[in-house]
Amino acid sequence: MFKDIKNFIKSSYKPYEGDSSFLKGPTKRTIRLLKKINILLKKETKKGVLSIDTKVSSSILSHKPGYINKKNERIVGLQTDKPLKRAVKIFGGLQSSEIAASFYGYRLDKKMTEFFKKYRKTHNEGVMSVYNDDIKKLVWKGVITGLPDSYARGRLIGDYRKVAFYGVDKLVQSKKEDFNKIPFESSEENIRLREEVFEQITALEELKKMAEGYGFDISQPASNAKEAIQWTYLAYLAAIKEQDGAAMSLGRVDSFFDVYIEKDIQEGKLTEEHAQELIDDLVIKLRLVRHLRTPQYNELFAGDPTWVTCSLGGTTADGKPMITKTSYRFLQTLFNLGPSPEPNLTVLWSKGLFENFKRFAVYTSIKTSCLQYENDDIMKPYFNDDYAISCCVSAMDTGKDTQFFGARCNIAKLLLIAINGGKDEMSGELLGPQEPVMDDKVLDYNKVIIRFDKYLDWLCKNYADMMNVIHYMHDKYNYERLQMALHDTFVRRFMAFGIAGFSVLIDSLSAIKYAQVKPVKNNDGLIIDYETKGEFPKFGNDDAKVDLIAIEVVEKIEKVFKKYRCYRGATPTMSLLTITSNVVYGKKTGNTPDGRRNGEPFAPGANPMNGRDKRGALASLNSVAKIPYSRCLDGISNTFSIIPNTLGPDETKRTENLVSLLDVYFNKGGHHINVNVIDKDRLQKAMEHPEKYPNLTVRVSGYAVNFSKLSKEQQLDVISRTFHLKV
Amino acid sequence: MVKGNINSIETFGTLDGPGIRVVIFMQGCMLECIYCHNSDMIQRGVGKKYSVNKLLKEIMKYKSYMDTSKGGITLSGGEPLTQYKFVYSFLKECKKNGIHTALDTCCHVNKNVIKQVSKVCDLFMVCIKQFSKNKKISHSRYNLNKVLDNILYLSNELGKTIILRHVLVPGYTDGKEELDKLTDFAKKLKNLQFIEILPYHSMGEHKSGMLKTRKLNIPSEKEVLKCAEFIRKKGIKTKVNC
Repeated sequence: MFKDIKNFIKSSYKPYEGDSSFLKGPTKRTIRLLKKINILLKKETKKGVLSIDTKVSSSILSHKPGYINKKNERIVGLQTDKPLKRAVKIFGGLQSSEIAASFYGYRLDKKMTEFFKKYRKTHNEGVMSVYNDDIKKLVWKGVITGLPDSYARGRLIGDYRKVAFYGVDKLVQSKKEDFNKIPFESSEENIRLREEVFEQITALEELKKMAEGYGFDISQPASNAKEAIQWTYLAYLAAIKEQDGAAMSLGRVDSFFDVYIEKDIQEGKLTEEHAQELIDDLVIKLRLVRHLRTPQYNELFAGDPTWVTCSLGGTTADGKPMITKTSYRFLQTLFNLGPSPEPNLTVLWSKGLFENFKRFAVYTSIKTSCLQYENDDIMKPYFNDDYAISCCVSAMDTGKDTQFFGARCNIAKLLLIAINGGKDEMSGELLGPQEPVMDDKVLDYNKVIIRFDKYLDWLCKNYADMMNVIHYMHDKYNYERLQMALHDTFVRRFMAFGIAGFSVLIDSLSAIKYAQVKPVKNNDGLIIDYETKGEFPKFGNDDAKVDLIAIEVVEKIEKVFKKYRCYRGATPTMSLLTITSNVVYGKKTGNTPDGRRNGEPFAPGANPMNGRDKRGALASLNSVAKIPYSRCLDGISNTFSIIPNTLGPDETKRTENLVSLLDVYFNKGGHHINVNVIDKDRLQKAMEHPEKYPNLTVRVSGYAVNFSKLSKEQQLDVISRTFHLKV
Repeated sequence: MVKGNINSIETFGTLDGPGIRVVIFMQGCMLECIYCHNSDMIQRGVGKKYSVNKLLKEIMKYKSYMDTSKGGITLSGGEPLTQYKFVYSFLKECKKNGIHTALDTCCHVNKNVIKQVSKVCDLFMVCIKQFSKNKKISHSRYNLNKVLDNILYLSNELGKTIILRHVLVPGYTDGKEELDKLTDFAKKLKNLQFIEILPYHSMGEHKSGMLKTRKLNIPSEKEVLKCAEFIRKKGIKTKVNC
């Protein structure tokens, strides 16, 4: 009857234009369940992890069904047999699993580790066996960091809805047909794809078995709301049992679920209270998603993130808002269950969204700080109208696109390396092709640019090499069987490069161009500092003089990424996103010409440097909105922190002002914004007494975290980030 | 053309008039109020020089925010009317561009100045410094009658919208006599929107200006609400801005 799932949603969903008054609070059952979980969460916070299963490497069928409290659960399924018990996933890397387990005082089962050592190579070993010394140095010195070479890459989103919509049998049948469509000509590409599709089919059969364990026959389509939600979740659950990618996002399910819920309500089978209960229960499950990470990983991505990103709202190709009551129900979970960074609720904002929904979303932001917003109007032309956000800012056409995740390179440090002729400004070690250290008394802008371009090319080439190696090996040793089973067989692939230290680079270039920057050398002739005299415009003040440099730099870098061949014909894309890694990157970067001192954190994502935006929030937003999304298709992250009083004199005005602000920011081409409405006082108190603020959530670039889970250093960074405080 | 001396620009002003407003802080003030939180803006003739066109170009970058939120621009400071020629020319251009304009002023100027700027200003937010002479808020030359006369003129003769701003400092401006006089005067105004209570805050104390600000007390929430209640009981609409 329907061509596909996208067609089904669009022809069946019921737009909801009304306000939030229909929403219901948590049921007694939900509150009971929540109490149980909160006890476990407290224990987990104390110990770091609640427990680890050291016996088995996780897979779809590795663990028996798990429950929190079976009779009180509406939606069931856990990654292991017990809530918050973490599993190891060795296919990504044996060593990192061992390090992670031992950090929390556990030891992996000897038999299992021996098996991997003797018989089964991992993704990480694959990568390390072909990295060369140059690349290893770049990782060590913090020029390229966080790439998924010792853990799963994640970022791809299976279309988990398919399981509910088609039932597994139909998916298997269609994959079998695809299998036969792949030409049997013996090219490497065809052989690989045939093997992959075979693996996908196996994974689907395993998923069916896993569901049977929970008492569900998911071979046929779901027939009501509860089944639709449960089966979609089971598909997602199978994916996170198999993979522990940095971001394991859920996709876009609000209008899909809503079709089933509305039908059940109409037929008198479901009440609003129970519909909310189903969403609440699903969200409870999503909040319990856990992976086992190494301390190095935690330093980079703080707060134990899982990026269960859940996209809400958006509009259809012809501009109809895809706002349903279920979009509201997802937001309502933040009130019913309390604020939480996960799932990472992301509102796809369009000029054309219903005003009532805009107001409720913004109201939710002001009360919880738990939402991020992304510009539907600029993403739709590239990713169609059924895309979802993965991780923080990466859009993908659900089930049709996939991406090779590539973290980021340190573009601010690159400038220092370029000026030093290939040498690391901190250790003096030669990292790239050697040139003389720049010997001008005062740096000349044009000369610096020529130098920078040369090293940019060198960096991008190495970065692309690394990415090709990593993703080749990931496909070989840690292929996402189930997630890819829930994609089209022939997918569009992106290779997602990223840059960190953007505003530091831009302000440094501005200083060199508009002020006088004198390099300061140490005894070995290495430039280790800069004396900057005179005024120079800084990014974040809506000043064309410097904002143009920002645009030029973005365009240039993206162009260079496009020069290099990407594995499996992927299209290179770029992001300005750091999450919390701006702190670590800053630590590994010396003094910069903009006046930033050695070791100081960068601003996150595309944000102007902390405290340099002197004209208030709008000027800062305008500067960021100028960065062309067409050149940063993997996203441009911006974090906006504000104290509630500064948003307006009362609640109604605050909501109205924030709605206006988002409308205009996105209309001007801004791509993404995190909204933090929290006062400095409260953050400072939370730093002193974290135990009193267990649920305090703050948004960092592209992501929300529990403030109490951040390190002291990161907490200070959050506080020092511009609070747009007006005196 | 006359140039303006501008201290700074805040692009996301939400507390100085309706909607989202670009607030322009202007240099220079004729008063020396003890609670001044922008003492760095009292000195005249300093700050960044802007021509009318340059300032207009600057604020036009935020026009769509103003339009969407039904906001506009607010001139604050300092006392913007110390630069009334610039203010007039600038606001005139703003009006030509369809921008809502507001002045955050003490109205301590000659009537002809008021008359002129009123042609291009939609909203006057006026702070009356003190009714009684017992507690010294501003300097001895503070001419209360001139201020009251100007406000009456703006409201009742020119039909301009007025918001009265009252800085609440315990021991100085929270007395019954002071509030009685304030509310009595407010009742005379035909175009008063409301009285806005601005509880004193100490965030301006770190600024080095012309003043040796003495240590003042910050009103408690209870004191603020008491003041609001007092005004409300007199039948006047009031809001707290903090």
